[in-house]
Amino acid sequence: MLSKRVIPCLDVRNGRLTKGIKFAGNEDIGDPVESARRYYEEGADEIVFYDITASAEARGIFLDVVERVAAQIFIPFSVGGGISTVADMRDVLLAGAEKVSVNSAAVINPHCISEGAEAFGSQAIVVGMDVLAVPVTSEIPSGYEIVIHGGRKRMGIDAVAWARRCQALGAGELCINSIDADGTRDGYELNLTRTIAEAVSIPVIASGGAGKPQHMVDAVTKGKASAALIASIVHYGQYTIRQCKDYMAQHGVRVRGTW
Amino acid sequence: MLAILEYGAGNQTSVRRALDHEHIPCVVTADPTILQRAQGVIFPGVGAAGQAMRVLRSTGLDKILRSVVERRQPLLGICLGCQILLEHSDENDTTTLGVVPGRCRRFDDNMREDDGSPAPVPHMGWNRLNVMKPSPLLQGIETAAEFYFVHSYFAEPASDLVIATTVYGREFCSAYGRDGLWAVQFHPEKSGRPGLKMLRNFYSYCEAHHAQ
Repeated sequence: MLSKRVIPCLDVRNGRLTKGIKFAGNEDIGDPVESARRYYEEGADEIVFYDITASAEARGIFLDVVERVAAQIFIPFSVGGGISTVADMRDVLLAGAEKVSVNSAAVINPHCISEGAEAFGSQAIVVGMDVLAVPVTSEIPSGYEIVIHGGRKRMGIDAVAWARRCQALGAGELCINSIDADGTRDGYELNLTRTIAEAVSIPVIASGGAGKPQHMVDAVTKGKASAALIASIVHYGQYTIRQCKDYMAQHGVRVRGTW
Repeated sequence: MLAILEYGAGNQTSVRRALDHEHIPCVVTADPTILQRAQGVIFPGVGAAGQAMRVLRSTGLDKILRSVVERRQPLLGICLGCQILLEHSDENDTTTLGVVPGRCRRFDDNMREDDGSPAPVPHMGWNRLNVMKPSPLLQGIETAAEFYFVHSYFAEPASDLVIATTVYGREFCSAYGRDGLWAVQFHPEKSGRPGLKMLRNFYSYCEAHHAQ
């Protein structure tokens, strides 16, 4: 049986972390490679790097960071932010990432999902979905709408319909980020996560809102997610990844407990 | 020195990085002379069996691999490399290398995990090994260690060759072989410390074998 995955997400700007990361007893370090290595050693099952300014400012991707990470961490990692073409995908995969995450670009041009899946296999293509809770309408029957550019633009697309379309186009995984829950630390939007997970057969990663390990348990039980994406809960030294995983294991969740 | 067979497999660079990290001398190569002189050969693989066999046949590397096995030069197949050492793969209905008796089949759709949740194909993520018999490859690796899998097809070698199985919807063979000829379905190069340990175990065997 597969273990539920714990995936720290590192936001990168100009090759540095956008927010410093504090490890227990250590000062803030802004180097994404060093932070990735620490999370790897702490038991992260996968790591996500997100180039947060790339979409809006059309910046390139930091392939040197990706290459340096690949030389030091021996678990899968994915790279997102500003990836819109097969050429962009090839660059990060050749630099050493296992997966690429497409978000806004997939909404604007859904064929980049199928082109990526054809070129590199579905397992390499993660579609990130930013989702906003909205009133139910005939256009948005689930009450969840796709937004892009970090939530700044509503797209008039129903999140459940979009999730199914992504799967049909060849996405290997979906990362569901609730714009409403993101940054609250009040827990994942479990209804959203479960709704999407029940609508598709590919793995769903819950994202946005983790504030304590119980939230991660909820994401993979009530939320039916395969993995929990986390950020501030571990970035500021409040919890270590081991503490999160120990808590999950104590609450009946199968996690990778030795590494 | 280990030789990583170069034939366009997606994970050849990841394998090299992992060996570099472990200070294991290695080269990524398709040169028959270097391959046959290496202390051991790693046969990586990501992708489809049909395409991989076309490349191996058109480059003559299929014959080199067979000669590696015939001469008892140590060989480690990874993922697709593990599958196409067998005789046949259901993927693209492909006749594969046939250096190990057995075949490769696809997971059924609509499988279920132990807890009743869906077990979709591909099998992707971290999973455990149930060790069926001791192997130098697994030496010093904790039984609770997990390994990273990404695959839709699984190996069915002759049953006396099975070293470990894994459960995902069904039980399948995740590591097989005999001394000096091994294959693993998971990716040791992406399985953290236990995976690196396994690669080191392979190299230790190669060094000892070479010294004889």
